[in-house]
Amino acid sequence: MPSDHLTRRSLLQGSAAIAAAAPALAPAGAAAARPTAKEGTGMIPVELTVNGREVHLQLDPRTTLLDALREHLHLTGTKKGCDQGQCGACTVIVEGRRINSCLTLAVMHDGDKVTTIEGLGTPDKLHPMQRAFITHDGYQCGYCTPGQICSAVAVLDEIAAGIPSHVTPDLDKVSLSDSELRERMSGNICRCAAYPNIIAAMNDVAGETKA
Amino acid sequence: MKSFTYSRATSVADAAKTAASTQGARFIAGGTNLLDLMKLQIETPTHLIDVNHLGLDRIEPTPEGGLRIGALVRNTDLAADKVVRRDYGVLSRALLAGASGQLRNKATTAGNLLQRARCPYFYDTNMPCNKRKPGSGCGAIGGISRSLAILGVSDACIAQHPSDMAVAMRLLDAQVDTVGADGVARAIPIVDFHMLPGDTPHVETALKSGEIITSVTLPKPIGGTHVYRKVRDRASYAFALVSVAAVFGKDGGSRFALGGIGAKPWRTPAADAAASSGAKAVAEAALNGARTTHHNDFKKTLVERTLASLYRHKEARS
Ligand SMILES: Cc1cc2nc3c(=O)[nH]c(=O)nc-3n(C[C@H](O)[C@H](O)[C@H](O)COP(=O)(O)OP(=O)(O)OC[C@H]3O[C@@H](n4cnc5c(N)ncnc54)[C@H](O)[C@@H]3O)c2cc1C
Ligand code: SF4
Ligand code: FES
Ligand code: FES
Repeated sequence: MPSDHLTRRSLLQGSAAIAAAAPALAPAGAAAARPTAKEGTGMIPVELTVNGREVHLQLDPRTTLLDALREHLHLTGTKKGCDQGQCGACTVIVEGRRINSCLTLAVMHDGDKVTTIEGLGTPDKLHPMQRAFITHDGYQCGYCTPGQICSAVAVLDEIAAGIPSHVTPDLDKVSLSDSELRERMSGNICRCAAYPNIIAAMNDVAGETKA
Repeated sequence: MKSFTYSRATSVADAAKTAASTQGARFIAGGTNLLDLMKLQIETPTHLIDVNHLGLDRIEPTPEGGLRIGALVRNTDLAADKVVRRDYGVLSRALLAGASGQLRNKATTAGNLLQRARCPYFYDTNMPCNKRKPGSGCGAIGGISRSLAILGVSDACIAQHPSDMAVAMRLLDAQVDTVGADGVARAIPIVDFHMLPGDTPHVETALKSGEIITSVTLPKPIGGTHVYRKVRDRASYAFALVSVAAVFGKDGGSRFALGGIGAKPWRTPAADAAASSGAKAVAEAALNGARTTHHNDFKKTLVERTLASLYRHKEARS
């Protein structure tokens, strides 16, 4: 292991590592033969489906999912706030569930489907939650917003699925309320304190979905 | 982060064997604690064994009428499980009081039990800490100790065990099922799982080198009214200053476990025995032997008041 360690170190110091890690799009229709680890380089092949697009990366195992998205796939909508699981700016949806992309390694998600803010909607075709955040002014500086929106979309799904929260009075009767939304959104900090407007946006979308 | 190699375990036996035979190897489950500590170089594994794909993510009834919870069951799924909600409500409540929705979607049963201290000096690598660097001293003793433990502490370490889930597991007399490097399975009662700091605060659990947790087993349900109350500096997404898990039995028999105040999840037979005498008596029994600092002496009062609020809650419900 020590020699391997050294090789990887020196490799990482060179720009070669960056070139090697550039995203490679799967050729259309090509059977996705899974590449194996390149001997001695310490780089690991990782295949992800990000916003519906299949991507193949060669990554240092230290690469977090957040850094893979931002630095390797250049999807910079997902933000890095604390890099410690304490702010929620990096929230993305993996296999249908919201997680902090800063506290997980990309290699652990080989084969997974990832949705980022760029995949929820586009400026021409906004996701209802994106539209509601605009309507209700659910942000000021906007730094926390991609994480807030990914979280908000997942929160409504969690309530619909009957997953209880800390403030659910009866664990078997999960329903929508402001206090439920606030509790469930507590993993997303907003330094600009746009909280009331975020709750308004979520209520708006929840009402729309119900109707 | 220091560099490391990575592999996905193919079987429980393979994971345990690789862990024991590879120097510097660690398991990774949700990664929410380990990666945080690796970024700060408090943990510096040279090899990570990913245990996420071993099928250890099921919740099944046991022949004894209890419940076997796979080591990799996510905190969200455990809290939302129908049987857990119905028969072990205190466990659902404790889980839901911890961390955030995003973190609970990743955090696992085993990882939660094994999460490390939240002592500010443990996290600050410029400071002495016997847990992080054995023999270097303890920055918290004589330092800022408001959040730290008052029970089970030693002259070497006063860190509190930070888990909410573990408090409920202790209350319910869970057992931790493992497989060792030799492939042999064993069951560790939760009371023996976490170690008191003594002179060796870096030794935190009864696990041996390479030993992997496969599941956590609950005995058959005990009925009663289940409650978990957590007191913290903000209403959500913060660790406990004090937490109390309780089951109030119909026959008057009740049990209590405390979080945020002990070097490990705290439960004493004397406190359970004092149940019929009320909150003050339970608090006195539970806090027997407490060693406080100027900063965290308030936790004694807070334990008593939290217990009192649980008693009121129980009376309102019955
Ligand atoms: C911002 C923040 C706030 C939090 N707030 C709370 C809170 O309020 N209450 C609370 O209780 N917790 C809280 N947590 C902690 C959280 O609950 C833990 O990080 C989580 O439970 C750890 O689980 P994991 O699966 O991610 O563990 P990992 O990080 O993957 O692993 C933790 C440790 O367990 C070992 N391990 C994992 N699986 C096994 C296995 N099967 N066998 C043997 N060893 C294994 C690993 O080697 C590692 O040493 C918080 C965390 C963060 C980041
Ligand atoms: S209390 Fe324990 S964890 Fe905190 S500095 Fe002292 S030895 Fe380290
Ligand atoms: S950047 Fe991930 S939680 Fe703050
Ligand atoms: S809008 Fe500025 S941090 Fe939330």
